[in-house]
Amino acid sequence: MEFKAVIFYVFATVLIGAALRVITARNPVHAVLFLVLAFFNAAGIWMLLQAEFLAIALVMVYVGAVMVLFLFVVMMLDVNLERLRQGFWSYLPLGGMIGLLMAGEMALILGSTYFGAENFPGQDVAAGSSNTKELARLLFTKYAWPFEIASVILLVGIIGAVMLTLRKRGDSKAVNPLDQIKVKRNDRVRMVNMPFESDAPVSTESVVTAPKGE
Amino acid sequence: MMDAVLEMILPPAQALLGPLFPLVWALVKIVLIIAPLMLCVAYLTFWERKVIGWMQVRIGPNRVGPWGLLQPIADGIKLFLKEIIFPTVADKPLFVIAPILALAPALAAWAVVPFSEGWVLANIDAGVLYLLAITSVGVYGIIIAGWASNSKYAFLGSMRAAAQMVSYEVSMGLALITVLMVSGSLNLTAIVNGQAKGLFADSGVGFLSWNWLPLLPMFGVYLISGIAETNRAPFDVVEGESEIVAGHMVEYSGMAFALFFLGEYAAMILVSTMTSIFFLGGWLSPVGFLPNGFYWLAIKIASVLFLFLWIRATFPRFRYDQIMRLGWKVFVPITLVWILVVGVWMMSPLTIWK
Repeated sequence: MEFKAVIFYVFATVLIGAALRVITARNPVHAVLFLVLAFFNAAGIWMLLQAEFLAIALVMVYVGAVMVLFLFVVMMLDVNLERLRQGFWSYLPLGGMIGLLMAGEMALILGSTYFGAENFPGQDVAAGSSNTKELARLLFTKYAWPFEIASVILLVGIIGAVMLTLRKRGDSKAVNPLDQIKVKRNDRVRMVNMPFESDAPVSTESVVTAPKGE
Repeated sequence: MMDAVLEMILPPAQALLGPLFPLVWALVKIVLIIAPLMLCVAYLTFWERKVIGWMQVRIGPNRVGPWGLLQPIADGIKLFLKEIIFPTVADKPLFVIAPILALAPALAAWAVVPFSEGWVLANIDAGVLYLLAITSVGVYGIIIAGWASNSKYAFLGSMRAAAQMVSYEVSMGLALITVLMVSGSLNLTAIVNGQAKGLFADSGVGFLSWNWLPLLPMFGVYLISGIAETNRAPFDVVEGESEIVAGHMVEYSGMAFALFFLGEYAAMILVSTMTSIFFLGGWLSPVGFLPNGFYWLAIKIASVLFLFLWIRATFPRFRYDQIMRLGWKVFVPITLVWILVVGVWMMSPLTIWK
């Protein structure tokens, strides 16, 4: 067996094991971490297929950013496992049907003689050319419009999410840091000019009268 | 000389090991990178204590060995012999995995770092992407540590870490985009070699043709984001002694704690190396009459590291909301504008990158 094949089977075994643990793990935090492991192994398999850009982007975007926030949320929630597991059997038929449908669709794409993956063009990339460069060239020439439209949709999604969740609390005492930075000395401290105290003999008037300079 | 020695060693080793040779040779190279790195990490802690001591008109560690030089070794032995205490309801497997996850990415990233022309473990095309991906994994160690400790202080620290590191990755990545634009490559060796060209480099003052000058705002953004990304002062609210004791590390002791420590300093050295390679010309000589070489990279890394320590000794800690404001409301707009500026500059007749 070739060394590459050994690596592939290692990645594939760990991937499937981790994916199974995602849905069987009792603790949601463990499930999320197993999902991270699954992403890592999927990235490894993509790397073996010489799709290095996709592999690294998967680690960077999903493992490095999306799953961090996921973990963040799951850790903060107090998930009640007993309630999550209620009604497992009543949901099973529907879930199973959706799963079978997805598996069937995948089989259709990968196995069919009419729509086989090997019929797709683009495998004639010259040896030694950079994967990332080729992808970028295609994205910004042939697929420039779909790419730009997709990014605009994402931007709208970001702004929409911020606008929907943004709320100003009335009782918040937070101060705008910009105002704090702009503060000058004179806004905080008032310099008072006071005459020196003299050693003059103490009389009742000098005690009563307030010092000058206010 | 190096090549002659290699030619003497390699063929017999190849014959002896047969198909296992690539594996053994890669392992040897990994050890050649990791072992000096670990030594640098140890002496960086010593140097930090010394430098901060001098800046505060103290002496710093000076008891163990000549001039205190054995202090990091003594610290290491002490931490190694200490017991690792597990909190009662801690998630034990994750509690053990967390410090490993904090250290491993800081070491794995060195695979693509070129130390000199051709001195690189894996000269891959997507080197910058690999670096961004691997360094973004480092946050898991901190988050898992905070959660697995089953402690509120640790958890608060890990929440701060997650938000801070994800935020500053954005400005770091955007700053690197300008570097990629002017270099036209994701390969680190090509990025360094791209800085050796230009009017200034041809007239013998190479240090003016490095990326720091035309990309000056990005250099600043990258450096400051790097400090924030490694959770160093003044952005060390993740540890924040006065607020949350020591953040994610509060429940750790002995070698488990030491791994977090090693990870932090290894990440510092990594960020300094990245700054040197992306903006300060890597192993290139600053002036024409001196040869290029690894020692230039070492000098640059040491200077940036000194800057880290200097900043730590100088500035008070940022408040948490100000850190977030700096990342999102200051750095991200600056980088976006500068990407546009560099793009227009490259397309204009005034371009200096051809």
